[in-house]
Amino acid sequence: MRRLLFLLPLAVFAALGAYLYVGLGGDPSRVPSPLVGRPAPVFAVDGLATADLEGPALVNIFASWCVPCRAEHPLLTHLAEEEGVVIYGVAYKDKPEAANAFLAELGNPYRRIGFDEDGRAGVEWGVTGVPETFVLDAEGTVVFKHTGPLTADAVRRDLLPALGR
Amino acid sequence: MTAELGNFALALALGLALLQAVLPLYGAARGRPALMELARHTALGQFLLAAIAFGALTRAYVYSDFSVSAVAQNSHSLKPLLYRLTGVWGNHEGSLLLWILILTLFGAMVAVFGSGLRKTLQARVLAVQAMIGSGFLAFTLLTSNPFARVWPPPLDGAGLNPLLQDPGLAFHPPLLYFGYVGLSVAFSFAVAALLEGRVDRAWARWVRPWTLAAWAGLTAGIALGSWWAYYELGWGGFWFWDPVENASFMPWLAATALLHSAIAAERRQALRSWTVLLAIVAFSLSLLGTFLVRSGVLTSVHAFATDPERGVFILLLLGIATGGALALYAWRAPALGTGVPFRPVSREGALLLNNLVLVTACATVLLGTLYPLFLDAFDAGKVSVGPPYFTATFVPLIAPALVAMAIGPMLAWKRGDLAGALGRLWLAALGAALAAGATLAYGETLAALGLGAAAWIGLGALVEWSERLRLGRAPAGEAWRRARSMPRAAWGGGLAHLGVAIVVAGITASQCFQSELILAMKPGDRAQIAGYAIRFDGVSEVQGPNYRAERAMLSVLRDGAPAAVLTPERRFYPVERQHTTEAAIRTTLFADLYAVIGEEDAQAGRTVRLYHNPLVPWIWIGAIVMAFGALISLSDRRLRLAAPARRRRQPAAA
Amino acid sequence: MLAFLLALASAPAMAALDASEMLADPALEARARTLAKTLRCVVCQNQSIDDSGADLARDLRQSLRARLLAGDSDEEALAYLTHRYGDYVLLEPPLKPATWVLWFAPAGFAAIAALLALRYFRRRE
Repeated sequence: MRRLLFLLPLAVFAALGAYLYVGLGGDPSRVPSPLVGRPAPVFAVDGLATADLEGPALVNIFASWCVPCRAEHPLLTHLAEEEGVVIYGVAYKDKPEAANAFLAELGNPYRRIGFDEDGRAGVEWGVTGVPETFVLDAEGTVVFKHTGPLTADAVRRDLLPALGR
Repeated sequence: MTAELGNFALALALGLALLQAVLPLYGAARGRPALMELARHTALGQFLLAAIAFGALTRAYVYSDFSVSAVAQNSHSLKPLLYRLTGVWGNHEGSLLLWILILTLFGAMVAVFGSGLRKTLQARVLAVQAMIGSGFLAFTLLTSNPFARVWPPPLDGAGLNPLLQDPGLAFHPPLLYFGYVGLSVAFSFAVAALLEGRVDRAWARWVRPWTLAAWAGLTAGIALGSWWAYYELGWGGFWFWDPVENASFMPWLAATALLHSAIAAERRQALRSWTVLLAIVAFSLSLLGTFLVRSGVLTSVHAFATDPERGVFILLLLGIATGGALALYAWRAPALGTGVPFRPVSREGALLLNNLVLVTACATVLLGTLYPLFLDAFDAGKVSVGPPYFTATFVPLIAPALVAMAIGPMLAWKRGDLAGALGRLWLAALGAALAAGATLAYGETLAALGLGAAAWIGLGALVEWSERLRLGRAPAGEAWRRARSMPRAAWGGGLAHLGVAIVVAGITASQCFQSELILAMKPGDRAQIAGYAIRFDGVSEVQGPNYRAERAMLSVLRDGAPAAVLTPERRFYPVERQHTTEAAIRTTLFADLYAVIGEEDAQAGRTVRLYHNPLVPWIWIGAIVMAFGALISLSDRRLRLAAPARRRRQPAAA
Repeated sequence: MLAFLLALASAPAMAALDASEMLADPALEARARTLAKTLRCVVCQNQSIDDSGADLARDLRQSLRARLLAGDSDEEALAYLTHRYGDYVLLEPPLKPATWVLWFAPAGFAAIAALLALRYFRRRE
């Protein structure tokens, strides 16, 4: 018994070390969205409102001032044009002229665009930064959220299955 | 060339460290004096080489050698000299080099001052110290080389984060590292003692000064960091229970426990295996802090790119150092035996209570800091563990120690007289009751408890001194004689307790009685806060050495006439493209008047935030008193060089 | 400490709560301040939205005040934000099965410490 007590610190430390090692693999910036499993939030901005959303579809939060948005844009274009995915865009904290110029330059993959100049719709969607992409199913329920720029890998692994393809 | 010289010196230091980690151990096991003696020379050599490397990096910063990658990324030719210097440790690579410099400095100090130690013990301590050193040297050379070159060199550097261009912060890391790394000596002593299978009085007497020095550094470093946050971050807060702050607070709690248990181990041979364990834990928490800060497991979306490779390496170091030490502990500690038995109510009992409370509080801080990570690992959701959690758990846990702090030093060793001690503390009890009662009149129960505790601890420390001096019971001459012969450790301990009282008062009053006023002001507007009238006189543009600033003029009026001027600033650093706020603080040492400015609104005017923070300077004054108390203890004759052997030798030499 | 500072620094170091955001009704504004101090700025490191100068913190402050103006109780206003940002937004973790260990372990630590002390003195009797 007494000997076991002296082993206790080592045991506690071993458990702690194991957790820390697991923790190293995780990404601390990943925050799961509480919206997943619930209907799309109620919002209405210039050009887009909750009633306009027809699933299955993607809702992509973007901005012309956001560099990673530029990086993921070709993927969105590919999804819309080649795969026929319906995408709604929300221009977050962006002037409509700037957002339109951005789309004029890179092409417009969106069925509809909402202009959320003051970020109010962003709060409804629980946005912490751009870009973020939500997946809606046929009933209009949020089934998945991707934080950060989309990658081909994430589209194949997460987005397309969530869309039911 | 200098960068290559630095690189070479580091590699050579690694070689020496590896030798020192192996040969002296063999020498101690086989009784080879030459091999044991070797450790002292290699320890000095390591320090010399680390100093050369550090000098080389410093030179690169001072002369803005942008072909060195770390310099290019963290410095700028327009930066004032002071911040080019402090920029050396203002980043991952350079701060590691500083860590190594201090580690080898401590190794060299053990080599120089430790000549009175048992030869085998000194050799083993230095060998363990070298194992830690080789780990960190390898880590630096393999993953974070501060001397890596870039080609072609950029025309100018990227600059140092402007928040770090501040005198308060310039000396925060060196002090903190002094504390972190100082604990490595206590760790090495613990492991060496386990290897020797002996924890005697001399061992405890040797561990205490190193812990005291480290603790003083940690105390001062943490205080400096929180002071910096207070005046630089611009909302009057000073402690946020942030994971990275907790990373420095946990070793502090463990080191505080170690300081106290080492007293029991030295004076009464009590709590010895526990003291060894605490020494291991305290340094392990320093290593854990390093891991948390540098691996990126706990950083937020806005932190730098994380580097899992570094994280794995530090975790490996932590696993080898702590895992190895704890395994050794499990194997050897049961044989260390138990000391002289004591009653729960006794000096030892009070020290034990202190230890249990501090360790419990430390475990709670550790749990709160790591809990989000645990949940993540189980995929069980994401929560924030913020200040409300820590205040709700830490404060009640630490409270018993605050009550016991005044009583403990009044108890006799082995078997104490609680009623007698409380009787002699009547003055402190009266003061605490008065302080609490007066505060309660303002209707703040928590503040009453806090200020009552502060009075209790502070007066308790004074009563303890006066008891030792027999003040009022013996003639003044007798008291003076006793004061002169009172051990410095008693002065230092009392002073540290007094410092705690001052800190507790400062935290309580500034938390419970802060006044705040946020308003938009136009030139000529006036505001009232905590009895001060303040007039806004407008904003002017100012050009600094490497920034532009908007500086507001706020006149503090007394009887309608300006008594002082507050000049808060908003600075813009063009190189780094960042804004900072500079608070203006007018302090009376009993309260701070604190002002920051925000943005200009065309119609409403300039946002001005005014705070009146009562007793807030006491937090830092108290911390300085605590650290000073540790230094006084450190100069105690018994601890100074703590070498009976040496004292015996001196008369012969004379 | 250093990394904490650096992390803070990368958020735009603007002033936190601006006078223009504050509500005219002092009682409502006081409630808003109290609540804001318990809400995490989700893109910052352990800062409340009341203290933070980040853009998102300002948005959250404004939404919070809009909810209070619309007549929400404190609980409703907090629920509004946790519905969108999750429990992560609360600086004080709520008591639920996943946080039982977090909330109850400190008492457990104290109990273990007391038991160990008791055992220590028993063995020496």
